[in-house]
Amino acid sequence: MAGMITYKEKDCFVHRLSGLTKLVFFLSWTITSMLTYDTRVLCVMLVLSFFIFRASHAEWRQVASVFKMIMIFLCINLLAIYAFSPEEGCRIYRSSTVLVRFTSRYTITAQQLFYEANIAVKYFTVIPAVFMFITATNPSEFAAALNRIGVHYTIGYSFAIALRYIPDVQNDFRKIKHAQEARGIEMSAKAGPVQRMKSMASILFPLIFTSMDRIDVVSSAMELRGFGKKKKRTWYAARPLKPGDRGVLVCTLLFCAAALFVTYRDGSRFWNPFVP
Amino acid sequence: MADRTPVIAFSGFSFKYRAQTEPTLRNINLEIYPGEKVLIAGPSGSGKSTLARCINGLVPCAWPGDITGTLSVCGYDPAQAGIFGMSKKVGTVLQDTDGQFIGLTVGEDIAFALENDCTGQNEMRGKVEKAAALVGVEQLLAESPGSLSGGQKQRVSMAGVLVDDVDVLLFDEPLANLDPAAGKRAIELIDRLQKNQHKTVIIIEHRLEDVLWRDADRIIVIGDGTVAADMTPDELLCTDILSRHGIREPLYIAALKHAGCTLRPCDKPQHVETMNIEPYREQVCSWFSGVHVPPSVAGTEHILDVQHVSFSYDGTREVLHDVSFSLKKGEMTSIVGQNGAGKSTVASLICGFETPGRGSILLNGQDIAPLSVKERGEKIGFVMQNPNQMISCPLVSDEVALGLKVRGTDAADTEKRVNETLRTCGLYPFRHWPVSALSFGQKKRVTIAAILVLQPEIIILDEPTAGQDFRRYTDIMDFLETINRKLGITILMITHDMHLMLEYTRRALVMSGGRLAADGKSPRILSDGALTDTAHLKKTSLYDLAVRCGIDRPDDFIDTFIFEDRRIRAALHHDAGGTD
Repeated sequence: MAGMITYKEKDCFVHRLSGLTKLVFFLSWTITSMLTYDTRVLCVMLVLSFFIFRASHAEWRQVASVFKMIMIFLCINLLAIYAFSPEEGCRIYRSSTVLVRFTSRYTITAQQLFYEANIAVKYFTVIPAVFMFITATNPSEFAAALNRIGVHYTIGYSFAIALRYIPDVQNDFRKIKHAQEARGIEMSAKAGPVQRMKSMASILFPLIFTSMDRIDVVSSAMELRGFGKKKKRTWYAARPLKPGDRGVLVCTLLFCAAALFVTYRDGSRFWNPFVP
Repeated sequence: MADRTPVIAFSGFSFKYRAQTEPTLRNINLEIYPGEKVLIAGPSGSGKSTLARCINGLVPCAWPGDITGTLSVCGYDPAQAGIFGMSKKVGTVLQDTDGQFIGLTVGEDIAFALENDCTGQNEMRGKVEKAAALVGVEQLLAESPGSLSGGQKQRVSMAGVLVDDVDVLLFDEPLANLDPAAGKRAIELIDRLQKNQHKTVIIIEHRLEDVLWRDADRIIVIGDGTVAADMTPDELLCTDILSRHGIREPLYIAALKHAGCTLRPCDKPQHVETMNIEPYREQVCSWFSGVHVPPSVAGTEHILDVQHVSFSYDGTREVLHDVSFSLKKGEMTSIVGQNGAGKSTVASLICGFETPGRGSILLNGQDIAPLSVKERGEKIGFVMQNPNQMISCPLVSDEVALGLKVRGTDAADTEKRVNETLRTCGLYPFRHWPVSALSFGQKKRVTIAAILVLQPEIIILDEPTAGQDFRRYTDIMDFLETINRKLGITILMITHDMHLMLEYTRRALVMSGGRLAADGKSPRILSDGALTDTAHLKKTSLYDLAVRCGIDRPDDFIDTFIFEDRRIRAALHHDAGGTD
């Protein structure tokens, strides 16, 4: 479980921003990036997102394993697009410049490459924002921010509480795994896949049962201290909006509006360099 | 007391859980007055926890059932006021110090009730700081639960209910998850809160001696769903009510009684340090000189040698420094010390879950470094604290057979060994039962059987008796002693329980700050004030009794007591037609 991306307390500009600001930034940034296929906008966002990642002081170590997984996923995604619709780019850009021809169906066109490159860039504009958001937002603040944008607090709080107990459950997992290994249940790569599935079950069942006991205690403890009593609640960890937050919010919204304006100005969300 | 209004009043109160046929509480009449400190004691299943749930409204709001009679808490009927209504009046601190820590930081956890009440942030911060200061955690507000000790977590929970300015503080087994020294400090803190903050304090606990470290006004003994006794500690300790209800008496009281003394309340037996010992001294001394304890025969053959072992999780901060000890074949030994002192790490290294940074571990003279976890598991078994964390098969016999199956033992041999082990463990009649239908103690036996079936030479148990009442504790420990004697298995136990250490293990290893602070006879260790302080243990009251009676060999006195106490208890058990 080492290398999991988790929140880490730090003192820097991004960490000092309110959870609400970061949530609004994160949502508008990803939505904009999802909507636009305007390569110029994407390139600007790409450059900015590297600066944002640097500004959040997230460490490579914290995000490396997840980054690798996303990369694998990206490759699968790109290959799948090509496999299922190799002419998607030609359709979008209404032109076809064949570079390599394998079969009558599968060719490599400049348009398809450009289209897939756009998708890759989209990934790279979102990933730093995701990492920034997760490593620099205190989970309780996140719950408070969700609540402020209108999500009921029980939903927001369930995120925070899950994060609170993840280390405990990891600890249980480790202990159970050790004890089962000592009984002779093979967990290493030496065992075959079926055997490993079975072995996993011998850890997971006890883990689920002990976690249920834990949930019982937690829910009693929460109820005894009045959780769910009122329609609203306040947040100890919430940060009031400061001038810095307002500045970031205004810049974010202006940037996203401008980006979408540039994208949709000619009636299509694609920027077409092939047909002038 | 007649002119005061009780803060809690049960009158002809009975309660039956919806899922049960018999009432758990029957005809309870009980009054608790403002500012009192009341200890509610009783064995597991006596109904004492249900009584607590009635006071904070969990019964009947979260645990539905039928109530007859009346209950008034701070002028409210909890059934009407509900859990939320009662939470303003009664602050409940649960026994699970980990599970009830809800916030991601200390500050947030303390503020939890205020947040739910929509308190403004500024007011909230002020109140949190005040409550934190009351229990001495004001320096820790930004810490996460992972970096706190059990005792600190419990303090945070106390602060979390004190922010609401409750009238009644209700503690459900506050000592269950603490080491002896932390338990002592918890009792001191509870005492201060009662005196300085004028709170009414109710403590549910079966570890009487530890709670009585500070004065209690009254002890209420719950037995079989009714109030079996309601009197001052001094009065109660002079009766035989405690032992009749399966609650362990303070050891010095048991010693005085074994010596044939008839205790009188006017001698204030609540504290061994201050009681009037004069009337009893002579009797205790003559009893001590009259009992002959047979010398124990310890084996000489080493089975396990831990030599100069050091270990660090991260390569920089050592959690074990140069630890060396050996276990003799057939020995029962306990390993004690504060949380984080390195007890569990020693066990992890022996079982091969971690690899020592320096030093070596020998089994029967052979270095076990090359052996895998699985291979070691055949020689050194490890039993976890919570049996639910080990049991993965639905049926008892399957669970016990698991270790043999994965090793490819043939079916006939597996069955033979499983049945043999089940017989040794007294589980044979339950072999076709689902594990979920067993009691805690039986589940514990199943996990031990699942290890025994591999015929290990050593078994390491993590907290075998944590949270168990006297009867279950005795059951588990007598069982372990039986397998130790019958099968000659060497047993090492990680424990916080000073009674266990004293009664069942002649020898103890004391860990403190990653070092082996002591390795010696249990009675001697628990008589050494300096050692018990540094290692967060608790000096036994038997030592104080011996010193106060002018006995110059306190260790021998302790040995005598343990010998006699176990002899007498075994005889009682036998007379009662004990079920084992």
